[in-house]
Amino acid sequence: MNDALYARRKKVNALMFALTAVCAAVASGTLLAILGYIAWKGASSISWAFLTNLPKPVGEQGGGIANAVVGSAKVVGLAGLMGVPVGVLGGVYLAEYGRGKYAFAVRYAADVMNGVPSIVVGLFAYALIVHPMKRFSALSGSVALAFIMVPIVLRNTEEFLRLVPGTIREAALALGVPRWKVTLLVILPTAGRGILTGALLALARVAGETAPLIFTAFGNRFADNGWLNPIATLPHTIFTYAISPYEDWHNQAWAAALILMIFVLLVNVTARVWLRPSSGASH
Amino acid sequence: MIAAVSDRVRKVPGSRERAGDRLFRRVIAGFAGVILLAALALAWQLARESAETWRTFGLSFLWTSDWDPVADSFGALPFLYGTAVSSVLALLVAVPLGVGAAVFLTELAPKRLAEVLMFAIELLAAVPSVILGLMGIFLLVPAVRAAGSPYGVGMLTAGLILAFMILPYITTITREVLLTVPRPLKEAMYALGATRWEVVRGVSLPYARSGIVGAVFLSLGRALGETMAVTMVIGNTPQIKASLLEPGYSMAAVIANELAEAASDAHLSALVAIGLTLMAVTVVVNGAARLMLYRLGVRK
Repeated sequence: MNDALYARRKKVNALMFALTAVCAAVASGTLLAILGYIAWKGASSISWAFLTNLPKPVGEQGGGIANAVVGSAKVVGLAGLMGVPVGVLGGVYLAEYGRGKYAFAVRYAADVMNGVPSIVVGLFAYALIVHPMKRFSALSGSVALAFIMVPIVLRNTEEFLRLVPGTIREAALALGVPRWKVTLLVILPTAGRGILTGALLALARVAGETAPLIFTAFGNRFADNGWLNPIATLPHTIFTYAISPYEDWHNQAWAAALILMIFVLLVNVTARVWLRPSSGASH
Repeated sequence: MIAAVSDRVRKVPGSRERAGDRLFRRVIAGFAGVILLAALALAWQLARESAETWRTFGLSFLWTSDWDPVADSFGALPFLYGTAVSSVLALLVAVPLGVGAAVFLTELAPKRLAEVLMFAIELLAAVPSVILGLMGIFLLVPAVRAAGSPYGVGMLTAGLILAFMILPYITTITREVLLTVPRPLKEAMYALGATRWEVVRGVSLPYARSGIVGAVFLSLGRALGETMAVTMVIGNTPQIKASLLEPGYSMAAVIANELAEAASDAHLSALVAIGLTLMAVTVVVNGAARLMLYRLGVRK
């Protein structure tokens, strides 16, 4: 036994152990730092009036973000109505029939599109809707967000359907139930919880998207009306206020960021807690 | 096991598909195909809307650096440069940090602690980028300025923000890859008297190498296209300077800043051309990353 060598190896081991621990501390501590800082900066400006008032004209103090909250709900809600059904049904196909070249192409396209920058998706919605209609609109923002949601929901649905035991399929089919009924009325509900939380996570993800909204939903200092006009959204309001020169707007940006962060965290934490007991899927 | 059972269900011997089932299969296959159609439509739309730029400037659009919307003169090089430099900078910071964190969480940390820390890291991935940009403007920019940078905004600041954006991806995917390292390999090494670190260095990391490369590529794809956080701190100046402390610009940022107010069709077309280029680059990077990760069965 070479004691000196042994001691050195032990020392290297301890050193690397410590270094990787520091890495992990930095990676996970960042979240705490961000949350703490936003809460500290944003909490003082949040009030009921802030949530229910419209923005004041430039230069006047005060005003709220009611239009942005409503706008975000509208744009994200419509995106969900368009994106979730497509994603879920496509995911059912991949899970239940997904063999061969076509399924591989769909899966691969979904994964690659999931990584395409959201601003590029925004350009697509711009070219598809804004440019021909010659106006920024809530609708075009929703289309962009729906497009971002589809690949996420699709792959997530597939993953959760794969967890449904084959015996359930066999049992239902053995009763002579047609395949489509088995899929829609037995298998889909079995995985329903996972699919639903997946859809919620996708909603939370697009609720924070800003880039594709800049030139689709565009933003609006007034209360929204309808689907074919420019509309304010929370993330876009945060962006506009953050790069403005006004101190008051900076404070409002922090407060709006706190609201958005609370929403995103609530959905994420709920989804994770909700999914834990029933299945071992880690998503 | 489960897969084998469902395979038998899929092909009941001697049974023909009922009409209702065939219709159902075709309809949902159509829904699945929406993503393929959308991908093609996306590429086609961007190509069409940027055709004018490619006709006027040709491919030299990509390596000239004159960006003057007023004179209808466009070259994308400063944006390509800014995107590349800020992304590489982000990788330089985030890869060692992320791989280190993944090693700690997989191989060294107690299970409970690892779970809690992973939870925090996954939530970090959910922080909207506009919020990181906000932190950047009011926290990081003053800090960088205090550290001696003349402007505060610039390549370095953008790279740092990007590093924190991609850190969760690198960490979670590397961790998943490390979890696929076969136990017997590690046990064999321990049996020879290796320390934990020696097992990590000698077995786990080499075994996981291709997966880690995949994770890095995937994160690179994210960094290349990240818009808001970068737009808010990079300085938005179309110039190519050697110093990382100088303001720069990125492809995504110039689209975000100028598209809504594009004055002429030529300007609009040039911005879409940048978007098409950005898409092409990210599709190649992501496509490669996915193929690497598929082979390992990693599904994140």
